[in-house]
Amino acid sequence: MPAVKEIQEKMRARAGELLRDGGVSMALGWKRGEFCHDPEPAFFESEAELDNFVYDGFSSPLLSKYLIETIRKDKQKGEGKGSKFLVFLKPCDSYGLNLLLKEHRVERERVYAVGVGCPGMLDVDKIRAAGVKNMRSFDETETEVTIHASSGDKTLARRDILLEKCLVCKGPEFAVQDEVLAPGLPSFEGGDRFAGVTELESMSPEERFSFWRNELSRCIRCNACRNACPVCSCNKCVFDNPQSGVQAKSNADSFEENMFHIVRAFHVAGRCSDCGECSRVCPQKIPLHLLNRKFIKDINAFYGAFQAGADAEARAPLTNYEFGDVEPGAVVKRGGGA
Amino acid sequence: MLLKLSLDKTGGLFTEMARDRTLYLPVKRGGQADFAPWTPEAEVCLDYLNTARSIKDFFLPQTENIAAFKREGKKITITPTHEEPSPFVVFGARACDVRSLDVLDRVFLSDPVDTFYKAQRENGVIVSMACAEPEETCFCNAFGIDAAEPRGDVVTWIAGNFLYWEAKTPAGEALTGKLETLMSEADSSDLKEIEEQGKAARAAFKELPLGKLSLEGWSGDDLLGKFTSPLWEKMSKSCLGCGTCTYVCPTCQCYDIQDFDTGHGIARFRCWDSCMYSDFTLMAHGNPRKSQLERFRQRFMHKLVYYPANNDGMYSCVGCGRCVAKCPISMNIAKVIKALGGNANA
Amino acid sequence: MPDVTCGVKSGDLLIPSLGVVTEIRRDTPDVKTFRVNSAEGGGVCFPHMPGQCAMLSIPGVGEAMFSITSSPTNTEYMEFSIKRCGTLTDWLHEMEPGQQITIRGPYGNCFPVETDLKGKDLLFIAGGIGLAPLRSVINYVRHYRKNYASVDIVYGARSMDDLVDIDEIRNEWDGRDGVKVHLTIDRAQEGWTGNVGFVPDFVKSLGLPTLKTVLMCGPPIMIKFVLAALQSLGFKKNQVYTTFELRMKCGIGKCGRCNIGAKYVCKDGPVFRCDQMEEMPDEY
Repeated sequence: MPAVKEIQEKMRARAGELLRDGGVSMALGWKRGEFCHDPEPAFFESEAELDNFVYDGFSSPLLSKYLIETIRKDKQKGEGKGSKFLVFLKPCDSYGLNLLLKEHRVERERVYAVGVGCPGMLDVDKIRAAGVKNMRSFDETETEVTIHASSGDKTLARRDILLEKCLVCKGPEFAVQDEVLAPGLPSFEGGDRFAGVTELESMSPEERFSFWRNELSRCIRCNACRNACPVCSCNKCVFDNPQSGVQAKSNADSFEENMFHIVRAFHVAGRCSDCGECSRVCPQKIPLHLLNRKFIKDINAFYGAFQAGADAEARAPLTNYEFGDVEPGAVVKRGGGA
Repeated sequence: MLLKLSLDKTGGLFTEMARDRTLYLPVKRGGQADFAPWTPEAEVCLDYLNTARSIKDFFLPQTENIAAFKREGKKITITPTHEEPSPFVVFGARACDVRSLDVLDRVFLSDPVDTFYKAQRENGVIVSMACAEPEETCFCNAFGIDAAEPRGDVVTWIAGNFLYWEAKTPAGEALTGKLETLMSEADSSDLKEIEEQGKAARAAFKELPLGKLSLEGWSGDDLLGKFTSPLWEKMSKSCLGCGTCTYVCPTCQCYDIQDFDTGHGIARFRCWDSCMYSDFTLMAHGNPRKSQLERFRQRFMHKLVYYPANNDGMYSCVGCGRCVAKCPISMNIAKVIKALGGNANA
Repeated sequence: MPDVTCGVKSGDLLIPSLGVVTEIRRDTPDVKTFRVNSAEGGGVCFPHMPGQCAMLSIPGVGEAMFSITSSPTNTEYMEFSIKRCGTLTDWLHEMEPGQQITIRGPYGNCFPVETDLKGKDLLFIAGGIGLAPLRSVINYVRHYRKNYASVDIVYGARSMDDLVDIDEIRNEWDGRDGVKVHLTIDRAQEGWTGNVGFVPDFVKSLGLPTLKTVLMCGPPIMIKFVLAALQSLGFKKNQVYTTFELRMKCGIGKCGRCNIGAKYVCKDGPVFRCDQMEEMPDEY
């Protein structure tokens, strides 16, 4: 596997080629931020702009969802009709793109998807928790990250500072791509993806209720989870509709923000690819992925293993009917219901 | 008079402060520090640098009741429901958050006065804490804030194994009066230690990635030039349109008024709003801010141009760095200051 | 610039008082005028000046800002001409007399009727429901007629059925006390003998002297084109006043959404002199 820096240079060169020869009119990637750990999603329209291109262990924001607005705006302008948009996809983001294709949010022919190997994205909070102050720069390999900071240099095992979502990586395969740069980055053999869910299931209903009440009580209704989610792609969210009778901005009563997350979890059930963006972006560090993962675990148990976004055609268990489908009574058998 | 208290005795101090009022202080919640009411079990963290949420919460709560309405036939009854304010202390507010109250005061205490906010201000005592070192995302010095010497009713410092305490206002002295027996008088060597620590902190702020951020290009004389800059389009592109930056911001003060059908009547409440949201300016006949570009521009124009234009040049940003740390896609006001500020940050 | 303060006293500003709708008049297919009295003791809910606004609400349905259509010289009742265009206005159009509503205000500045407008030749230009805030000024000016010089009123609507308050315009305004009314509609229509055409072109065609002070209100697009038309005739921007409306929640310049640049429409406006608009971005 090539070093991450080499991948970055390959990506930059390839984006330049594609922008230059007219194959694509814009490239979605990441550009350097104010620190060494805050690349920002960026829209490169010319080779010159690629000077700021960056791909490293902090290029965590997913890009596929930006295609919706990018294509919509392009159509509005009425120019560049039929031009393609290059998007760099990490393996997990390729599932997101597939879901956008499947739900007709993005047209396949407008996208040129370049898969890029991912070494696992880093969690700056974990690095800080390891005693690092004021990161200045870092060097990374598949297994180690050496951080240069005002608190001194420190080498940490990559595994110990990965984002939660990367600890349960779906693997190095791309669900959709037009070409792959630097394939074959090995995924970490993640632990039990459902360990957190199992732990919650082992609680009594009262304990579980109080766990979620406590976690969700920190919600500030910023909508970051929703807006970052690749499958939260409704043109107008029910929570943004003043006519819907639900409060979009605040908890009118103490169960209101819980409702928001419960409704959202139901809406993405069977569609959530478990990309983990919701938990990554939460400013209040609410483990939102556990809600979604509970649905995934149950769907797997009832309908057989299913990975949302693995392909753009197959019918998802919750939007399909087969004679062998589980009956509603399954809820009671598992100890739920009234 | 500078007082001091051994750090292992702070529990007694908190107990005493919380005796007749609510004491809010930084507590570990969900893996990060946030202000929460003190209880003997609370995991107080005084080694935090910046809390996830700001002290705005205590003066402009995310939600507060205004009135309850009942509609029967053609009749309506109105019952004011705003909670009676009660005294509280905020312990551990940093210099940036203390400054943010100046920004909010100019909005809510200017004529006509917002009585809800005013009541909270009158009932709250601010015990600030000096920063002995900066967070990586800090840039309060760009706004002339001295993190080593915050303002407040009481100012505290942590140096060595001691908490140092100095009352600065009558409200601070009244609070100190109740706690004096717990503390002893500091001497000149203590003072020297605090001063040395402050010097080191100030130097450290300057060395930060945003330590030399300059607002020179934002003197406020070019409102339309800033407004029409083509850079907004580029900068707003990656914005997700969430409200994280506005909600963690200590100076973002925009609010909404909403009605909620409780099933027993209508509860009208005020809650935080965000100019990043699509319905912020939505009217029945249309929306003057149609896309994220306009909403994004509004937020930064408000902080860096409109607010200063109405408030003697004071910016509506205190450099606390919360938006820098929390934005899901790493867009932030520092980038805007640099990009549109001309050559000052070149 | 207009210097009348908004008249709001300190207190729990967001808590409204009660009004009762005593009469409802249909003006056009989508505009009704609502007469409102204080629920306690009748009369007006509060004194105001021409151009000021009030927050009306049906709790649970919505609360929104409306300009006060009646003149302050009318102390018996307040009137609001309201076009049906959203959730709250739908509800208001369906209600019957006797319905209580909540009301708070008055908000904003006013047209400078007691200062800059005194002794001036006045030209009112309104489009559609834009007559609502101007009606308050026109009736104020008519009441204190000797304080002002000539009065011309240019008013246009989509069709003759959309001219608000047409009875009052024809029977009480036009030709009385030297008030001249010039009406226009967008498209020709059977039974209409007046001018046909858009307001900006109509204004240009009237050949009015430029020594007039203009007060205009209408949809933003009309304001932009009328201003251009006036300038082409030789009017200066500081001769022209207009009034705006944007989404508002508080009415007192604090909730942060009705700004055009650094100005809050609810507090610094809604009345602006058009030379002030030069410093305001085109975001309305």
